[in-house]
Amino acid sequence: MNFLETDLHSLHQQLVNHELTAVDLVKDTMSAIDEHEPQLNAFITTNQKKALAAAEKIDAEGIAEDNLLAGIPVAYKDNIVTKGVRTTAASHMLDNFNPVYDATIVEKLEQAGTIDIGKTNMDEFAMGSSTESSFFKPTHNPWDLSRVPGGSSGGSAAAVAAGEVFAAFGSDTGGSIRQPSAYNGIFGIKPTYGRVSRWGLIAFGSSFDQLGVMTRRVKDAAPFLTVMSGHDAKDSTSSQRPVPDFSQFIGQDIKGLKIAVPDEFFGKGIADDVKAQVEKGIQQLVEQGAIVDHVQLPHTKYAVPAYYVLASSEASSNLQRFDGIRYGFRAEDVKNLKDVYVRTRSEGFGPEVKRRIMLGTFALSSGYYDAYFNKAAKVRTLIKQDFEEILKTHDLIVGPTAPDTAFKIGANVSDPITLYMKDILTISANMAGVPAASVPAGFNAAGLPIGMQMIAKRFDEGTIFRAASAFEEMNQYYLEKPSFKGGNA
Amino acid sequence: MISKDQVAHVAELARLSFTDAELEHFTTQLDQIIAMEHALAEVPTDGVAPTTQLTDTENVFRADVPVTDGPSRDELLQNVPESKDGLIKVPSIIDKGEADA
Repeated sequence: MNFLETDLHSLHQQLVNHELTAVDLVKDTMSAIDEHEPQLNAFITTNQKKALAAAEKIDAEGIAEDNLLAGIPVAYKDNIVTKGVRTTAASHMLDNFNPVYDATIVEKLEQAGTIDIGKTNMDEFAMGSSTESSFFKPTHNPWDLSRVPGGSSGGSAAAVAAGEVFAAFGSDTGGSIRQPSAYNGIFGIKPTYGRVSRWGLIAFGSSFDQLGVMTRRVKDAAPFLTVMSGHDAKDSTSSQRPVPDFSQFIGQDIKGLKIAVPDEFFGKGIADDVKAQVEKGIQQLVEQGAIVDHVQLPHTKYAVPAYYVLASSEASSNLQRFDGIRYGFRAEDVKNLKDVYVRTRSEGFGPEVKRRIMLGTFALSSGYYDAYFNKAAKVRTLIKQDFEEILKTHDLIVGPTAPDTAFKIGANVSDPITLYMKDILTISANMAGVPAASVPAGFNAAGLPIGMQMIAKRFDEGTIFRAASAFEEMNQYYLEKPSFKGGNA
Repeated sequence: MISKDQVAHVAELARLSFTDAELEHFTTQLDQIIAMEHALAEVPTDGVAPTTQLTDTENVFRADVPVTDGPSRDELLQNVPESKDGLIKVPSIIDKGEADA
């Protein structure tokens, strides 16, 4: 079975009709992984034994007609804890860490019968936009192997785009699901903050982090998100709101849908080919009956500086727990307890993680708190209000997902600020807590994928599925397959 | 302009240590990042309340009863770098000599 040539409904039908077994699917998945991994490095850990055991159990029980997800092979970003399967956050700090519990989403998805194939590569502790800060190795983009897959969920995005797994899960703190989805020509959704429990997600910026799903096709993501969502007593920030079946929004028309297009999303720094392709896409939405207004989100240019202070401050606090005492790496030959902390952290964290811990510690330190942390938190309020204002009168905000297409591996590693600016279009949705997705919007002249971003009101993921599936139907970009060429991976 | 001494102080607070060359490099990079942050100063925020969380709730309580379905002590100790008799072993706080006693 080739995941590049099928969809969830036909896979499911074949499983129900016994034309295919869950064990067949695991074996096909493992051979796709064996074929592509030498070029891609999308995975940190695979667990064939666990996957086969789970698949055998599913096959023995039989697959119910109404359980779309049973027997479907999936992968988790390596900052989502999985019981008994090494979970590293792509850091030396955790390279020997074996969780003793499952994240809530893992529990829910396994209950639904999905098969966990393994753990995907990422930027260390999800800090980055290219998957190059992984302690282990950089991941390559299947559309051009000399280029990055984006990040931080770059392994998950590349694994789905290459057809190594059917669906993959990621976390999004400032765009870490959407930007790699755009760079890999797949669909990726970051739901509303609070929609999905964060229990078992290794924390980065707790008021920004949200878990989401990535698939090649829009309609295939909906049943996964439905299963993942909902209140969890283990995450007090998860919402009590009822969860709709997101599949009901697939295939609805978009007549009369009110779309806001912010001028700031098409300004300086956005590549011309990205602008042109996304503008073309917006025109198609108009042809299908959507009503488009051009609007302003005046605080957009402050999103990057405000985000880096706030998310780094939260990270500096969250990452205090990595001290070499209870789990993970501990430095050798230490003199005393303080030395354990300092040496463990200095040897265990990579440069980007240290940079953010330093920035966050600085922004929270005595004498600087008001000028940096508190100021940024106030600017966050203004950014949030910009969004709330526009979304009072519009159903959706539409623009590009990323300012450019996938860049060359190594091109931006020495310049943190250039790399931070890659997140300029995605950060605001995390600042405001609203749901946002990247939808495949075609390719540039070099054949690199371009993503269109759709942002909706809080808890209105349904409108994103409605518009994104209509857009997918018009274009069927999923028929294009990655070249696996370029570079010398 | 952030100084090398300030960066060293922040590193101490964050329990990180750097070589002199790393400290130079970090000072330059942090200085650039903090310069980017100065854009925030131009935004008028008088009377604007800070946003630090996005839930609709204020406090979340639960009954004060023990959680009994969590991992066992043995499971929790599986990832501990060094343990003895079901306890986590750490070096002595002050002096290396006693750590091995």
